[in-house]
Amino acid sequence: MTKNMIVTGLAVFVLAVLSPFWFNLVTTTQAAPEPELLGRAKEAKKCVLDKYDMRANHMSLLDEWRDAVVRDADRIYVAANGHTFNMSLSTGENSCLGCHEDKAKFCDACHTYTSVNPYCWECHTNPKEIQ
Amino acid sequence: MTQKYLIPLAAVFLLFLVAYTGAGAGLGWFFGIVFPYLAIIAFLVGFVIKVMGWARAAVPFRIPTTCGQQKSLPWIKQNRIDNPDTASGVFVRMLLEIFLFRSLFRNTKAAFSRSASNRITYSWEIFLWVAALAFHYAFLVVLLRHFRFFTSPVPFPVQFLEALDGIVQLGLPGLFLSGVVLPAAALFLLARRLFDQKVRYISQASDYFPLFLILGIAITGISMRYFTKVDITAVKEMTMGLVTFSPTIPDGIGNLFYAHMFLVSVLFAYFPASKLMHLGGVFLSPTRNMANNTRAKRHVNPWNYDVPIHTYEQYEDHFRDKMIEAGLPVEKKE
Repeated sequence: MTKNMIVTGLAVFVLAVLSPFWFNLVTTTQAAPEPELLGRAKEAKKCVLDKYDMRANHMSLLDEWRDAVVRDADRIYVAANGHTFNMSLSTGENSCLGCHEDKAKFCDACHTYTSVNPYCWECHTNPKEIQ
Repeated sequence: MTQKYLIPLAAVFLLFLVAYTGAGAGLGWFFGIVFPYLAIIAFLVGFVIKVMGWARAAVPFRIPTTCGQQKSLPWIKQNRIDNPDTASGVFVRMLLEIFLFRSLFRNTKAAFSRSASNRITYSWEIFLWVAALAFHYAFLVVLLRHFRFFTSPVPFPVQFLEALDGIVQLGLPGLFLSGVVLPAAALFLLARRLFDQKVRYISQASDYFPLFLILGIAITGISMRYFTKVDITAVKEMTMGLVTFSPTIPDGIGNLFYAHMFLVSVLFAYFPASKLMHLGGVFLSPTRNMANNTRAKRHVNPWNYDVPIHTYEQYEDHFRDKMIEAGLPVEKKE
């Protein structure tokens, strides 16, 4: 190995390691989405879990709901705050999307930001899209 | 010999606890911002110093290990990859070494046979190669997947890799295959050092420490994704802050995240000083990256200087009279 080859390889390596830094300099970086409550959700002031728990755990909750509904026909969820909810992602007024009406803002903004591609919508439909 | 793995194990636990409790005590800015920046600087500077040191080291001899027939007479078939005599052969050899660990594939183990003869026998041992390959590729996938925390919008190749890695669609959030393969392979490599007496005998603390550290990183990461959960949007806000040089500490990131981040930073900072430098070293192994062409080309030691030599002619000139007198044969009579 000649010294030139080594130095070239090393330069490529250093550039690769620093790629997260320069990549954001040469491309326009999308800012983090600002979560906001709209419509009915804004007035309701109550949800199935509290804010931080919801942000971290909603996927596990939905997974549990799916099993409860599909396997045990158990459709009522009693939250820690005493309110009851219909265990449904998109059906009815008491479901997730029944209250959080804007899927693009409520679901997609953060999922797109963090490159999460949930397969909810392979079966469920956004109620707004039906009308 | 137990202290050789107990001390690194305790060290990794301690590092974890320092960051976990430190972040809980409001030092998140240190474990999430200051230390990662320092670690990246240490990693790059250390890496460059180390490789430049190797680049300066003299390699006076052609010392490729030959694993096949050398280039010889035209009717003898040469093994162009295992005994290359051209740059292209060396290139293919290096490619196979770097991407497929070809030399490890030939790994053998020596053991005394259990029969009465008690002779030493050598057998092919493929599992180290399998585990090493699984470990390195799983780690590469995990590393590349993490680019989703450092780019926004996330480029297509990263999303594609995530889709491939999560192809089994198990559970929610979906299981990543690399999250299974990486710890499993790392545990195999650890078990090999612990339970194979011959390997255990030659294993040092510096062999165990990276394994425990990587396992610690994997466990904290897997825990955050599948079990204890974190607010991933807040985490990404933080990591994006780091790479756009506007660091922030958003609310609601668990202490576990800082512990994960700290262990990764320790791995980066420790990297250039450790055996992990085989990342750079594999390219520079003289026994792999040289063509075996010593019969075709003359290689002169680059630092040969003029040594005053005394040839036979000079010797004879010097002692001719005495040689003739003693009756010794000389080449020139006068």
